[in-house]
Amino acid sequence: MGKRVSGLTLAFLSPLSVAQNQVNMSPGVTEIGADIFELHMLIMWICVVIGIAVFAVMFYSMYAHRKSKGHQAAQFHESTKVEVAWTVVPFLILIAMAVPATSTLLEVYDNDEAELDILITGYQWKWKYEYLDESGEPVAFFSNLATPQEEIYNTAHKGDNYLLEVDEPLVLPTNTKVRFLITANDVIHSWWVPEIAVKRDAIPGFINEAWTRVPEEGIYRGQCTELCGAYHGFMPVEVHAVSRPEFDAWMAAKRGAAAAESQLAMQTLAVDDLMDKGKAVYDSACLACHGAQGEGGIGNAIAGSAVVLGDLSSHMAVVAKGVSGTAMQAFGGQLSDVDMAAVLTYQRNAFGNNTGDVVQPGDVTGIKNG
Amino acid sequence: MGDHHHGPAQGISRWLFTTNHKDIGTMYLWFSFAMFLLGGFFAMVIRAELFQPGMQLVEPGFFNQMTTLHGLVMVFGAIMPSFVGLANWLIPMMIGAPDMALPRMNNWSFWILPPAFLMLASTLFMEGGAPAFGWTFYAPLSTTYAAPSVTFFIFAIHILGVSSIMGSINIIATVMNMRAPGMTYMKMPLFVWTWLITAFLLVAVMPVLAGAVTMMLMDIHFGTSFFSAAGGGDPVLFQHIFWFFGHPEVYIIILPAFGVVSQIIPAFSRKPLFGYASMVYATASIAFLSFIVWAHHMYTVGMPIAGELFFMYATMLIAVPTGVKVFNWISTMWRGALSFETPMLFCIGFLILFTLGGFTGLMLSIAPADFQYHDTYFVVAHFHYVMVAGAVFSMTAAVYYWLPKWCGRMYNEAMGKTHFWISFIGFNITFFPQHFVGLAGMPRRIPDYALQFADFNMMSSIGAFIYGASQLLFLYNVVATIVAGKPVSDEKVWDGAEGLEWTVPTPAPYHTFEEPPLVPKPAGTI
Repeated sequence: MGKRVSGLTLAFLSPLSVAQNQVNMSPGVTEIGADIFELHMLIMWICVVIGIAVFAVMFYSMYAHRKSKGHQAAQFHESTKVEVAWTVVPFLILIAMAVPATSTLLEVYDNDEAELDILITGYQWKWKYEYLDESGEPVAFFSNLATPQEEIYNTAHKGDNYLLEVDEPLVLPTNTKVRFLITANDVIHSWWVPEIAVKRDAIPGFINEAWTRVPEEGIYRGQCTELCGAYHGFMPVEVHAVSRPEFDAWMAAKRGAAAAESQLAMQTLAVDDLMDKGKAVYDSACLACHGAQGEGGIGNAIAGSAVVLGDLSSHMAVVAKGVSGTAMQAFGGQLSDVDMAAVLTYQRNAFGNNTGDVVQPGDVTGIKNG
Repeated sequence: MGDHHHGPAQGISRWLFTTNHKDIGTMYLWFSFAMFLLGGFFAMVIRAELFQPGMQLVEPGFFNQMTTLHGLVMVFGAIMPSFVGLANWLIPMMIGAPDMALPRMNNWSFWILPPAFLMLASTLFMEGGAPAFGWTFYAPLSTTYAAPSVTFFIFAIHILGVSSIMGSINIIATVMNMRAPGMTYMKMPLFVWTWLITAFLLVAVMPVLAGAVTMMLMDIHFGTSFFSAAGGGDPVLFQHIFWFFGHPEVYIIILPAFGVVSQIIPAFSRKPLFGYASMVYATASIAFLSFIVWAHHMYTVGMPIAGELFFMYATMLIAVPTGVKVFNWISTMWRGALSFETPMLFCIGFLILFTLGGFTGLMLSIAPADFQYHDTYFVVAHFHYVMVAGAVFSMTAAVYYWLPKWCGRMYNEAMGKTHFWISFIGFNITFFPQHFVGLAGMPRRIPDYALQFADFNMMSSIGAFIYGASQLLFLYNVVATIVAGKPVSDEKVWDGAEGLEWTVPTPAPYHTFEEPPLVPKPAGTI
């Protein structure tokens, strides 16, 4: 089946893997995706055939048995034979459908012998990816919507991958069985990439499993598919499948960056650097709720906020630990000390909050350690 | 005994204190139509925002309030009360009873509804906004992460549940105790049968829904952790409880619709219903199966494979009794003498579109394929084919069919047919393209979407505006009929209509069957 599938999928895999006005499911690039597609088409065609037969009878009757044509009504009203027939025949058709459905389902559930484990955690409203079974510096990062607010609010031209693009995509090696461990930090999300036919709910406190083996390099896009709050429509999934060597190089670069980041935490940074980095962190982590100008929205306003203008350690406590019972998350586990210092500096100096305070990574580490 | 032949009281007290099944049925029908317009207005807001990609009219949070209230108002405010109204009007007249068995409770079960919906609608004006977690209100989005208005939502759901339970007890008591002599169970019109079974479903599952919202209330205000893993609970438990209610709920909505269609198709085919007994058994089988398929809404939550397989097989089985019903309706039409007045047109529309919705339902039952369909617009298209083209079309057919009997005046047939065609076309322009965008990967409940979905969404919005506008024509036609329709006085308004309700004078007097009627012949014969 594998060979036939790859022939089929070539036609569908445009560089953007988006087709305008697509009307059918995509078979995707994986073997399971193709199996599901075939199952979908099989059931659909069975329904189409039954539908044509049933409606043909009905339309014939509506044409031929009209009162206006003088047709006299017959008075028959039961027949055990036909009742038995149209109970038994559909039942047999259902059994014929259940056989391939069962075998495909068993395949989907075969999570064994994965070569790479990735923990996916859903947050309101972003995904976190952690590569688990690699030795050395751990690699973990958040993947946020990259589409600018100007495109969403129609003041800028919308790009080709509008709402389906992220700042840091998930990178997978091709031809490798990858197991996803899927969970959530707050509410239920659902991680879906149609082209690789993986959809699993991300449930806080529980870990679900799913797997894939992507045979072809490419960019595959998906979205969160479980209502998870206001910005449910704005947490896309972007997967880059690359060759094994390319993947290894990417992984090495990621580790290097992580090491550099921990070096940075030891240093004293320039105010401008902190403000630039702080704006980047703010835009990806805070903006959705607190507004592009700190004007507030789902969350309180940052501009002129008593918390932000007040004592640094209580400001950091709110950012790091969140506010229970509200949508304010605990960002302590999400932001590095450098990012935390930068975003605190930014919040205390942007939007007219001209406190002049500069928070260094060392200060953050200091407050953390009491 | 009942020796006072009196008409209705005067003024507002007629409606406030009435125990008359016809008055209460009328109030239910008007109330549900008002809710239908309100829920429809929310749908128009949704479709207007989705007309083009990008955010134009509303904020994402408000969009979620609209989808939530649209679902809640349509399911609990429009469809369910409309069929209860129909049951009130028709069940006593169909079984030859003078009224419902528990008339005072009947009054109460209606009058608690308007305050409940007033409270639900008032959440729109509360701080933090209305519920924004979808009509399925999955925890913890609906508990820890919900706006404070969720408490009012919980209270409203409790009241609706109480109303439904009282209404169902009343229907069960009426059907079991108040049938005219000779009206055996297997002679009852199919509408009465489907409602009897529906009433048992309601009594069985509304307390489960009440349990779910009570557990939410406890989690929110009293520190329990039913649905929070942090305290030893489980968010998926919520889904199991919700869908144990929710799946029978969809049959609660559709079974009375089956009953309506089973009354109207024979009337305009001038031929008895084919396979009466098998219709009764099929209805009962569907009701039974509805209790053991709930987790097919949850294929992606990570159930063990044995669970997935069980729920897949059980769900597929529903196709058998549903198929039997469709085959029976078509056999009823076969070699009849068909005419196509408005009620028949809506029933044929029902038959075609409900069957399409049944096919997509069968596709959705296939668990591995559902991994690609789940929570996409394919599901949205599916359930609107069964809820709107199923329940709402059949309800509309019912109004056109029985309205002349209720008010003694005939509706405008040309306007009725126009309403049908605009509805039918508008409905399909709205929902057929949603199959496409769903299969192409558009998730449901999103306020903005990727560019490749733009054309079909615009089409869908245009269709929705057409369909929405056609309901105003319906309203106009009904009001014009009541006020100034052409009077009809034949007891049998339709020459092919069968049943006791067509033996009383037209318009139906305030009190009917104070003396039990003679039940002449078994249903299913002429």
